[in-house]
Amino acid sequence: MSMLKEGRPTAPVPVKEAHMAPTTATGNRALMLEEALIFEIGSTDTTGVDFAEAPKVASRLGSLARTDSIGLPGLSEQETVRHYTRLSRQNYAIDLGLFPLGSCTMKHNPRLNEKVARMPGFADIHPLQPQSTVQGALGVINELAFWLIDLTGMHGVAMTPKAGAHGELCGLLCIRAALEARGDARSVILVPESAHGTNPATAAFCGYKVEDIPATPDGRVDLDALKARLGPDVAAVMITNPNTCGLFERDMKLISDAVHAAGAFVYCDGANFNAIVGRVRPGDLGIDAMHINLHKTFSTPHGGGGPGSGPVVLSEALSPFGPLPYTARMADGTIHLIEEDNVGEEMPNSFGRMSAFHGQMGMFTRALTYILSHGADGLRQVSGDAVLNANYILRSLEDVLDAPFGPSGPCMHEALFSDKGLADGFTTLDIAKGLIDEGFHPMTMYFPLVVHGAMLVEPTETESKGALDQFIMALRSLAERARAGDEALKGAPYHAPRRRLDETLAARKPILTWTDPALAEAAE
Amino acid sequence: MRYLPLTDADRADMLSVIGAASIDDLFVDVPAEARLTDKIAGLPDHASELAVERHMAALARKNLSAGEVPFFLGAGAYKHHVPASVDHLIQRGEFLTAYTPYQPEIAQGTLQVLFEFQTQVARLLGCDVANASMYDGSTACWEAIVMARRITKRGKALLSSGLHPHYVSVADTMAKFTGDALVHEAPTLDAATDIDALIASIDKDTSCVVVQYPDILGRIADLTPLADAAHAAGALLVAVVTEPVALGACRAPGHMGADIVVGEGQSIGVGLQFGGPYLGLFACKQKYVRQMPGRLCGETLDAAGKRGFVLTLSTREQHIRREKATSNICTNSGLCALAFSIHMTLLGEKGLRELAALNHGLAVQAADRLSQVPGVTLVNDSFFNEFTLILTKDAREVVRNLADKGVLAGVSLGRLFPAAPQIGKGLVVAVTETVTAQDIEALAAALQEELA
Repeated sequence: MSMLKEGRPTAPVPVKEAHMAPTTATGNRALMLEEALIFEIGSTDTTGVDFAEAPKVASRLGSLARTDSIGLPGLSEQETVRHYTRLSRQNYAIDLGLFPLGSCTMKHNPRLNEKVARMPGFADIHPLQPQSTVQGALGVINELAFWLIDLTGMHGVAMTPKAGAHGELCGLLCIRAALEARGDARSVILVPESAHGTNPATAAFCGYKVEDIPATPDGRVDLDALKARLGPDVAAVMITNPNTCGLFERDMKLISDAVHAAGAFVYCDGANFNAIVGRVRPGDLGIDAMHINLHKTFSTPHGGGGPGSGPVVLSEALSPFGPLPYTARMADGTIHLIEEDNVGEEMPNSFGRMSAFHGQMGMFTRALTYILSHGADGLRQVSGDAVLNANYILRSLEDVLDAPFGPSGPCMHEALFSDKGLADGFTTLDIAKGLIDEGFHPMTMYFPLVVHGAMLVEPTETESKGALDQFIMALRSLAERARAGDEALKGAPYHAPRRRLDETLAARKPILTWTDPALAEAAE
Repeated sequence: MRYLPLTDADRADMLSVIGAASIDDLFVDVPAEARLTDKIAGLPDHASELAVERHMAALARKNLSAGEVPFFLGAGAYKHHVPASVDHLIQRGEFLTAYTPYQPEIAQGTLQVLFEFQTQVARLLGCDVANASMYDGSTACWEAIVMARRITKRGKALLSSGLHPHYVSVADTMAKFTGDALVHEAPTLDAATDIDALIASIDKDTSCVVVQYPDILGRIADLTPLADAAHAAGALLVAVVTEPVALGACRAPGHMGADIVVGEGQSIGVGLQFGGPYLGLFACKQKYVRQMPGRLCGETLDAAGKRGFVLTLSTREQHIRREKATSNICTNSGLCALAFSIHMTLLGEKGLRELAALNHGLAVQAADRLSQVPGVTLVNDSFFNEFTLILTKDAREVVRNLADKGVLAGVSLGRLFPAAPQIGKGLVVAVTETVTAQDIEALAAALQEELA
């Protein structure tokens, strides 16, 4: 053992045996810090904000002054910063490592985009300011709209939808409005089994009956079955392309032609547009409406569950029915926000407003920044590298994980595996939880539904080869353990802030808000 | 390209593993006629960070930001001071760049925040439970109407004339496709709200009454009689709060009998951002929780017996129930919920009450001062931080003219209700803690000159 002159040891005693680390008095494990709820550490008398004294005036609240205790605990600024910093460290994030959540597209979020969104000229303007005072903001919407149309080869775009599912709603409302305008009530929407759950939910929310379209053995829409089902009752077909099996729908144009011939419309779920951006224009495939998740293709941050943004590009047939408000560039270069106040006779068929204001401005600034940063060459490289990375993972692991569509050719931006070949009693969930211990976020599991025990891996274009190789090594090791029936895997994760959580317990007796245990006890 | 880490050597290595000659060969499933052989037309090539920042900054400079001038706009979006630590904390990469917490073992940060957020929202609105957020107030309002239909199995909703007209428009849009019947009129410029008229209109077909509190003109009224009347007829009361700071001073709708309380949470922690992203608040009575839309976070235990949090009751949701889901909502407004929760934690009850008192005090001073301007009449006899003035001419024109003079005076009723010219002289004025005595004087002087 080496020592300092003072006699303090400077090198550790070698660890001889692998033993369980002793528990600590606090429950903390060095940098892994437990954090109580604000209701347990704060008090209603504490605040982290100082205000000027309120003017002494006679209240105009009438009889409505709030006199009850609201029960909102406060913390000083220091405690607040520490509370949320500690909580943040219990999260996995794209900033920490590869986040291969298929169909969700977790790619790097450039920080310039954050900086731009916070410029006071964008962050500190009110949605109802006079238009002369927000020409730059309207310019952002108009410019982003222009590039979205350019990139998709479509005719128009509705910018107001708040997220992908809201965009689906927008697209279906356009379709329904267009059908009603020609006096053609139709009641059915066809959706493939592999579709995102939002597709059938949206169709039902708009009052449509949902029917499945069967798939071919190679994971694509069965064109013949679709043609056989088309008829005067079908309003639209909702198709995800590239689809959720990570495959391009080769027959897309033929599908569109058949749908159009039957008097129906083609809705495309554009969740996977990131796989083809700069290389394929949906407008060339006969699509009538497609939402673009700005947080996927154009990398606005996911924020732990939103906010999203879901502009919908529209064909010439559907554009007249899009929502209010929208922007229009005038001959003199000014940009007008067209809303109920000034729409006049311009867009008599608009289906109306679908959210209070003009859409997710804070996401528009980020997405436009992303598009201009990447440019035409960069965006083409984005889809190219995304597809290259996914195929690299597919081919590097198909000897240890079953890839049901692997033999039929390259995948697009995501690689799909199944649980076939795992030892009895071992599941996709075990591999997912094992990945947590290996320092990765799990892939999407059990989706799409068309593959048993699906594992959908989407690396995205913003991963280095080194990161991919490390991920492949980890997943290979887990696949081998699951094939060999390594029981230890069933206990994973061991090293996360929490072990597997009991979701059944949570649903059986839901605890959705905090109750003071003392009060809860008194009530019993 | 600075965001793309692969080198050409990497690409060549990877292609050889895959067994493809080029990246283009990986797109073999795309029919040749649909494949672009070159870069997309019109868009310039990639640009430096500096060049892009310059372009965006030039666009930002074309806007007049609220902090630059005396500023009195509200009507569903409010300028409040957001403490610096809020924006710092939401930019922690572990929050900003995380996904929806589908893997709870490594998402306890987001999940605990959501559990705390749900509790804060429920307590603020006076309800038993709240969800993990919706897109914004207007879409939350529509979801409440749909939820009331599911619960009551009736399809007629009475919308108060004091409900934000954009919220009405959103409901109108959706109702065209769902078949719900919506009853609604433009407000009249009276001190009293339309509660008595609403009570008289409730019948056996009514699914819910939707009332805003404070309403679009800034008026506040006791909702208890309306709740009683709705319940007596088997209908629900849906209350809409677009200015949650008000609930630091005013009684909570849930405590006045509202069954569902929805709102716009932007005021707390989320900036103006030209209208989005915002934060839909959604709360209700415990007995209706399984009919709620959106994500819910619940407490549970892990395999070692430690407390933890998970998304729960997901059998209501689209990814499980597909076409039978309570809503098609998937993404919520997670980062805005985080901002709201941090700001609310900084405030605490003490700070929230002080903030509300400051807003109300300044608003009273402003209402008194502006009422003295010749040609200006105050509509409200009660209000929180927003009130309506009647001017002697169309308020749209006044707002535009004052903007040219560097005063953002408020929101004209003409812009909000273009189909109701009879209230076109109305101006809705919001006064928050960001307004100074000088700002109030500037508005009074500008109005006096404009109306002279």
